[in-house]
Amino acid sequence: MDAAPPNRSPRTAPAAGSLVLDVRDLQTQFFTDAGIVRAVDGVSFSVSAGETLGIVGESGSGKSVTALSLMRLLDEPSRIVGGEIRFQGRDVLAMDAEELRKLRGEGIAMVFQDPMTSLNPVLRIARQLAETMQAHGRFTREQATSRAISLLGRMGITAPERAINSYPHQFSGGMRQRVMLAMGFSNEPALLIADEPTTALDVTIQAQILGLIAELNRDFGAAIILISHALGVIANVCQRVIVMYAGEVVEEGPTEQVLADPRHPYTWALINAVPRIDRHVPDTRRLVTIEGTPPDPLAMPSGCRFAPRCPFRIAQCDQHPALIEVAPGRKARCWVTQAGEPLPPPATARLAAGPPRAAQPSPAQDVTPPLLSVRGLVKHFALPREGFFGKGRYVHAVDGVDLDVMPGETVGLVGESGCGKSTFARLVARIHEPSAGSIRFAGHEIADASASAIRPLRRRMQMVFQDPYASLNPRMTVADILSEPIRFHGLTKTAGETRERVEELLTAVGLNPKMAIRYPHEFSGGQRQRISIARALALKPDFIIADEPISSLDVNIQAQIINLLIDLQEKFQLTYLFIAHDLAVVRHICDRIVVFYLGKVMEIAPAADLFTASLHPYTRYLISAVPIPDADAERRRTRLPLAGEPPSAVDPPSGCRFRTRCPIAQPICAEVTPPLATHRDGHLAACHFPGQF
Amino acid sequence: MADAALPARAIAPVASKRRRWMRRYGLPTLGALVIVIWIVVAIAAPILSPYLPVTVDVTARLRPPSWRHWLGTDVLGRDVFTRLVYGTRISLTTGVIVVLVGALIGTLVGGIAAYLRGRLEELIMRITDLVLCFPPIILAMAIAAALGIGTTNTIIAMLVVWWPKFARLARSLVLVQRSQEYVEAAVVMGLSPARILLRHIIPNSIGPLIVLVTLDIGNAIITFAGLSFLGLGVIPPTPEWGSMVSEGRELIEQWWVAAFPGLAILTVVLGFNFLGDGIRDWLDPRSRRR
Amino acid sequence: MLRYVLSRLGLAIVMALLSTLVIFLIANTVPGDPVLSQLGDLAASNKEFVAEWRAKWGLDLPLWQRYLIFLQQLAHGDLGISISSQRPVLQDIRDFAPATLELASIAFLLSIVVGIPLGILAAVRRDSWIDHTARLISLIGVSSPTFWLAFIMLAVFYGGLQIAPGPGRLDTIALPPHAVTGLYLIDSALAGDWDAFRDAGAHLILPSIVLAAATLGLITRTTRASMLESMQQDYVRVARAKGLREVRIVVGHVLPNALIPVVTLGGLAYANLLTGAVLTETIFSWPGLGRYTFRSAVSLDFPAIMGITLVVAMVYLLINLAIDISYALLDPRVVR
Repeated sequence: MDAAPPNRSPRTAPAAGSLVLDVRDLQTQFFTDAGIVRAVDGVSFSVSAGETLGIVGESGSGKSVTALSLMRLLDEPSRIVGGEIRFQGRDVLAMDAEELRKLRGEGIAMVFQDPMTSLNPVLRIARQLAETMQAHGRFTREQATSRAISLLGRMGITAPERAINSYPHQFSGGMRQRVMLAMGFSNEPALLIADEPTTALDVTIQAQILGLIAELNRDFGAAIILISHALGVIANVCQRVIVMYAGEVVEEGPTEQVLADPRHPYTWALINAVPRIDRHVPDTRRLVTIEGTPPDPLAMPSGCRFAPRCPFRIAQCDQHPALIEVAPGRKARCWVTQAGEPLPPPATARLAAGPPRAAQPSPAQDVTPPLLSVRGLVKHFALPREGFFGKGRYVHAVDGVDLDVMPGETVGLVGESGCGKSTFARLVARIHEPSAGSIRFAGHEIADASASAIRPLRRRMQMVFQDPYASLNPRMTVADILSEPIRFHGLTKTAGETRERVEELLTAVGLNPKMAIRYPHEFSGGQRQRISIARALALKPDFIIADEPISSLDVNIQAQIINLLIDLQEKFQLTYLFIAHDLAVVRHICDRIVVFYLGKVMEIAPAADLFTASLHPYTRYLISAVPIPDADAERRRTRLPLAGEPPSAVDPPSGCRFRTRCPIAQPICAEVTPPLATHRDGHLAACHFPGQF
Repeated sequence: MADAALPARAIAPVASKRRRWMRRYGLPTLGALVIVIWIVVAIAAPILSPYLPVTVDVTARLRPPSWRHWLGTDVLGRDVFTRLVYGTRISLTTGVIVVLVGALIGTLVGGIAAYLRGRLEELIMRITDLVLCFPPIILAMAIAAALGIGTTNTIIAMLVVWWPKFARLARSLVLVQRSQEYVEAAVVMGLSPARILLRHIIPNSIGPLIVLVTLDIGNAIITFAGLSFLGLGVIPPTPEWGSMVSEGRELIEQWWVAAFPGLAILTVVLGFNFLGDGIRDWLDPRSRRR
Repeated sequence: MLRYVLSRLGLAIVMALLSTLVIFLIANTVPGDPVLSQLGDLAASNKEFVAEWRAKWGLDLPLWQRYLIFLQQLAHGDLGISISSQRPVLQDIRDFAPATLELASIAFLLSIVVGIPLGILAAVRRDSWIDHTARLISLIGVSSPTFWLAFIMLAVFYGGLQIAPGPGRLDTIALPPHAVTGLYLIDSALAGDWDAFRDAGAHLILPSIVLAAATLGLITRTTRASMLESMQQDYVRVARAKGLREVRIVVGHVLPNALIPVVTLGGLAYANLLTGAVLTETIFSWPGLGRYTFRSAVSLDFPAIMGITLVVAMVYLLINLAIDISYALLDPRVVR
């Protein structure tokens, strides 16, 4: 479909290589009650016409504030206090309100992180798209509407004529992000800023959107700034990358070189802290981590801001290093690599690794009974009735799941959001009551047992939750949070004993026991997750369900938590049911992996098997969609684009649930539900044509 | 607001600490002060007032404010200031009783409904819907009329219409907290439902309830005064602000008889509104700038 | 959409039936013996008379049968006979309703026309003098007892300054216009009697301001809060990033979202105006339902009180139905 505007001479495209955006010494500060936060502290970079630039960094590094500063979209109390932003030679900071308005949406467009809240819920898509074009006077209403339809088609939305008259709530997150991209490109801007455009999306949808962004960069010739916390996402799309830390650029260079040979210890740590789906070294479950957290923005170190956490720290790091060229086309802000030396590969990983784990008994030949045995587990949630005369409808969240977990094992549960993996965890933990099926834990049937009958078993089965901000009671001190279960179950006799146990627990998760008197809000996300883990350990369980325990944390903190979980498993002989959407992490720490789709298990396999010889087409798509933080590897691999979105769990497809998106589906797939059958030793799949894709 | 209107690099002076304190805590402090003063007045009524509230003096009818009668006298020659001071007792206590008891009943009912779910919740919520489908003053009036005139009966009538809004609020608050992960964590630890409710859910849902209670006391005071004004509140010689306004409502020339008790209501209600707004802002994490 | 409306309508009918039950129960069980409250002391002391009365009104029947009879009477528009006026309650209500409708509607218009723009301005110019003024106005509006405000207005503008007309709907010597709707403004305009129109209009000013005060305060406050909430949403930043003008962002993006809670509140406020009129009308000698209610309450005219409660509850239900429907029109997420 032709998305070019009708009856209009093509705009004079800037010559390739000319600067679209030039940022010099940008300084943005937050004027808070506690003091001035230098969120962006002297950032300089430039983007040429048609170029793709990635900005990577953890939360609080200033990357999003930089993006907002470029279009002067900051809200009070944040202000740009210094520097220069030139867009096509014009000084953005000197623009008056009207000039600025003309720049926004026409010269520079922006796509934001959360597609669910970025569209106005009460306005039709047509109006939201057309007003962007009309606001800059380049199209009449009719032209804008027809162009909106062709743009939506270009963004891969089916039946755009109909879609344009929909409201945002009728679209999924992925679809909405396509609408946002259509909006961004509607005036053919010279620069598109995408601020974490795929963070809120599932991995298969992320792959679709990233593919689309790369394509649009080619077709429209717009320069793109892609902001992300994930190196894999950047490697996928961007030619050049900037790494930000504590408000500063610490490294800049071509993506390929930066990823292969980082010249700043922070980049080095970022790259090595991420487990890779395409590379797995046996017996090294621990990840490379850098200890500590980013500096307090109100009290930045006077020297190198990364020095307190840096494994390569030298005496000179007391002084603040400048961003200087360390190799042709590459810059870094580091005393260590100043002379052009590369950083050594991570040897620490092997050193830190504990003794190799005893080989896990494969469940097939094992005689010990499983710790957890789930059969035919079903959970249907009733939806609110549609009006007074509406009929009852149900979400088929978990729809007939069988699973065994052996003692000492780590079983991973993966799948896209809404596939039922979290519900499954809550059923096993008996937070929800199952609609049908059996759950045997340590020999006891708990699926329909009463709360008091389960209570003694609670001590053996605990859970770690996803959101470190919601999983701790904000009105209790850490000491109260940890001692409550201990005292309730009568594990200690005296107050002193309880206090000792709390201190022991905090030490076990790497926190200072003195912190026990504090409240949760005084801790960072990673520390809170440690507290959450300590609470799970308080009752000395042997089985822990971890529901996406790291997905809301920054890369480095993720690695710290993963290592902690591994340490604890070895120390206390724990069995884990580990739920995640990040396949690389799951591959890294799990013995066996279970793939969920729409409330059903698609495949169960030993971790290595699943990634090398998956049997189910859905698994292959999932693996293929994971971005790899290695530009070279990204280029070499062939991507399998999984089209469409998961169907509704209210009205799931008949037969095989995946058939509606499956390329090898046959008529039988709609009629007969494929059973979960063993195909190799310990490798089960629910597919009529296993391994044929 | 985005900075579009400002020149990009201009730094407007940041408001001084004292101004910011005034902006944030000024009105709530004033409100609290007003309430405290009225409470003191209510307690110290016999000391503050020169006369007795029911002393009739036909020789001194409808006197304008003077040194002898600070706020004048009414149609029966009673001292308006004295009656006003004594009236504080009735107005404050009825307002506080209605709201506190109503909130207690409503919160318990709503909280239990939300915690237990199922048919009971359905039934309780339908009952609240039913009460809420009547205009509050009219329903309270009908009940008060049916029960007969008297302070206690009026309070009962008001309670009947008062509890449902608290039941609704409490239910929604408990429902929100119930799905929080820390409550799920408490379930997984095997804590008893009573402990989860008391130790986890209630402490975290109490904030909005306190705000509603504070704002609502003013509302209850106005409503009670309104019912009294209609003759459905206190029995006549008792000094009460609403009935005092009612007694003076036709005396436009002798404005002091009705004006001062009304002003008293206004200040008390404003006090509770200032305080309630302040508590709400203070509890709302979004309005708190780090 | 149709399905949604029908289901709301069904719910409203169920609630209407249930509310008749509530009123019936209040009237027949709460005061113990309704005979005593309906007959008065003198008649109640005569035992024969009481028995006769009981039989006549079917009070000796079981409660459920009496409820059925009550419903039957309701279906025929029979709300009983007012004790004080000795006329059918429904007829009384029909006579007094237009005056209240006129007053409440003007007051509602006033609070909407002033309150919503004031709330919008206060939110857009947050922390400016407009915001502070709006806050003060709304707080005083919400905190003033209606009956007192009415008194003060009368005392100042009629008694003191003598620039406003006194109580009542018209000057005492003026004749009401030929009754078509019962609303004097409309009737006088229809009759082309502009003197009467001016007179009726002048008499409406003070009472409508008094009646509007609390509603105005509430609407200003809600509009402001809802605007501020909506202005913090991501889609506003997106709209700004599109290069829309500020006015367009506020009118086109913020307002449609911010108005949704205001509509709910506005509907309820209109219903409350109808009832708040009780106090206002009493002071302004306004011959409407409010004053009728007041007189019935003071004289403990039980059939009248129950009749009014029932009628007002029905109006309340209708308005709630209208709110639900307009909600669905404003917010596409409501109807799936």
